[in-house]
Amino acid sequence: MLSRTADNLYWIARYMERAETAARLLEVGARISLLPTAQGYRNEWESILQSTGTQDAFAAKYGEAVQRNIESFLFFDRDNPSSVASCITQARENGRIVRTALTGQVWDALNTAFQDLRQFERAPRNVLELSRLTDWTMKQAAMVRGAIDATLLRNDGYDFLNLGYALERGDATARLMDVKYYILLPRVGVAAGVENDQWTMLLRAMSLNRAFHWAYGGEVTAQKIAHFLILNPHCPRALVTCLSDTQTALARLSKAYAQGTEAQAKASALQAEFDSLTPERIFDEGLHEFLSRFIRQTAEIASLVHENYLSGDMR
Amino acid sequence: MSTAFNEMYLGPQIRPPYAQLESWMRAMPADLRRQKQAEAEALFRRIGITFAVYGEGGDPDRLIPFDMFPRVFTHSEWARLERGIKQRAQALNAFLVDVYGRAEIIRAGRIPPSLVYQNEAFEKSVVGFVPPKGVYSHIVGIDIVRTGPTDFFVLEDNCRTPSGVSYMLESREMMMRMFPDLFRENRIQPVDRYHDLLRRTLTSVAPQKCRHDPTVVILTPGHFNSAYYEHSFLADLMGVELVEGQDLFVEGEFVYMRTTQGPKRVDVIYRRLDDAYIDPLCFRPDSMLGIPGLMDVYRSGGVSICSAPGAGVADDKAVYTYVPEMIRFYLGEEPILNNVPTWQCAKPDDLGYVLDNLGELVVKEVHGSGGYGMLVGPKSTKEQVETFRHKILNDPANYIAQPTLALSATPTFVDEGVAPRHVDLRPYCLVGERIELVPGGLTRVALTEGSLVVNSSQGGGVKDTWVLAE
Repeated sequence: MLSRTADNLYWIARYMERAETAARLLEVGARISLLPTAQGYRNEWESILQSTGTQDAFAAKYGEAVQRNIESFLFFDRDNPSSVASCITQARENGRIVRTALTGQVWDALNTAFQDLRQFERAPRNVLELSRLTDWTMKQAAMVRGAIDATLLRNDGYDFLNLGYALERGDATARLMDVKYYILLPRVGVAAGVENDQWTMLLRAMSLNRAFHWAYGGEVTAQKIAHFLILNPHCPRALVTCLSDTQTALARLSKAYAQGTEAQAKASALQAEFDSLTPERIFDEGLHEFLSRFIRQTAEIASLVHENYLSGDMR
Repeated sequence: MSTAFNEMYLGPQIRPPYAQLESWMRAMPADLRRQKQAEAEALFRRIGITFAVYGEGGDPDRLIPFDMFPRVFTHSEWARLERGIKQRAQALNAFLVDVYGRAEIIRAGRIPPSLVYQNEAFEKSVVGFVPPKGVYSHIVGIDIVRTGPTDFFVLEDNCRTPSGVSYMLESREMMMRMFPDLFRENRIQPVDRYHDLLRRTLTSVAPQKCRHDPTVVILTPGHFNSAYYEHSFLADLMGVELVEGQDLFVEGEFVYMRTTQGPKRVDVIYRRLDDAYIDPLCFRPDSMLGIPGLMDVYRSGGVSICSAPGAGVADDKAVYTYVPEMIRFYLGEEPILNNVPTWQCAKPDDLGYVLDNLGELVVKEVHGSGGYGMLVGPKSTKEQVETFRHKILNDPANYIAQPTLALSATPTFVDEGVAPRHVDLRPYCLVGERIELVPGGLTRVALTEGSLVVNSSQGGGVKDTWVLAE
């Protein structure tokens, strides 16, 4: 497979996952603004921007973090490379470039998302409810993912797509947790009810609040949430799950190409480390420190994937 | 253009090849027609077969209008066209090998040397090099117009990278999907061997140093190009990689593509970009599209490039005038298909005639294509004619003129029902070890009433082209 083709497939996945993350964040932000004691959460919108790493770009363009501007920024703004509009446009463009590596259904899903998006962009903003936009985004992401799983050959192209999804998703979970890491620490002076709401918001941002209760039951505690989002292999967005998906894709590629890579070695090493982790050890290291380290390690794997496969420089 | 030949009729009679279509047309209710038309459009858009028009802005995903009324050739009409097209493709290739070699045709005084050696498309860097199998132009698109029951003329030759073949194939797919009955009731020769023939043609011209099953790729300028859909469509049909310049690199004697498993050697490049952009070391140093060093590998027999660099010298509109001469000179035959009479503004006598009759003539730029920069005298205003007069006087050698032909018309679905619209034909002749042609081509139709400009960049549409079996 051409390196450029692999690169485009990998980025289709990353962009679709990124679009979904942006939509989830928007949904959570909007929900919090509906809570009765809204003044206590004024900076929630800011922490949302912070988790996408775009607060500076936002401040420069819009100034104050009010809902309407955040909506524009996270959904429509083409200047924001992580907005839903930017991500879906990019994913579709990447798809167009590698049209021959996709099935008709996958292309159709990408193209339909893009054509719908253009309709939204033409419609007056006051008829577009936020919930409609976020639901739509998640549905498009599911359509693309579903078409990939239902129709695509299980060849190296499929592995590059999965690699993109797994790396992007692990990164998103870690960032989301990192922004909120302090609420997962035992703290003095914050009412228990407030903490609880914040925990719920974190789970909701990943559509995991119900799953959490099914999996753990009882009181919501920081330990349980950390375990769920980091170490529980049943949780589809947990760091350990994303890592395992990354490892699976890399192992399949190494096998298909009959050649191991540094990327695979690195992912294996990280996975071995996760095998012996417990929430206690994570809190001992410091949650923020642990998450920062994970984000860095994921980035290293991504850059090795680029070097090993996508740049075309491997000899 | 009331005198134009309507291909469905001969006098008051319906011509036999159209007999069945005529009753099909009569039987189709207007709402079914509209429904089918909408269906076709939705399918085309979904497949992504769109066409961006250069320099017009607007919708980058514009569809080429598709007309559902097929255009029909009988078996014997096609047999003659086929012989004429192959003859022409063969002569054009013989000419190219000759002008980059001993130039016998110039020594014999049959074509003026300035026309070849001062031609912008003449490629000095390949003088003395004979490409594999002696083929320069592997896909020759020959634009043909019809003016009467037996009168066909060649309007121009396209020896570089003629586009549009995807529309030929997709139009057929569309018709078979929407009107299967038509194909049961008429004996229509299939065109779907095209990609097999293309692949065979390309592998048959593998370079001298290639001793294995050759690896073929299609080289595209990229997804912003208006014909990108076609590039990816052909790559997909043939099962070959679609590469951009950045995917290829030269090392030692060969060209390689960058793959996830390291470099892979490439033997045949079907390029869909102009000579000027394929190698920045040899041609334009500012081009980001090309592969540095490609021409060195090419000239040392490490890779084949289709069409071969330099092929463009055979297809400009001034050289066109001499193609009948080429056929006589190289093949010792009389041309089966005639040229349209052409005045070359470079010649003082011709220039005088052209300027005196500008209102009656079609004037074209020698190097122009896509229907840009041309004047259709009878369809133009006085101001347009006068503007063109100045252009011609400023640079006479850049223009040729032809009489305004009464292009044939075929029945076409329009808002009010069915009406005749002017058409042309572009078949795609494949030249490798053998010369091959699928029975069919791209029929382009000028959808505006009375218009003679069929180019898709000027609002023309396409229709399916049938060649009936014996």
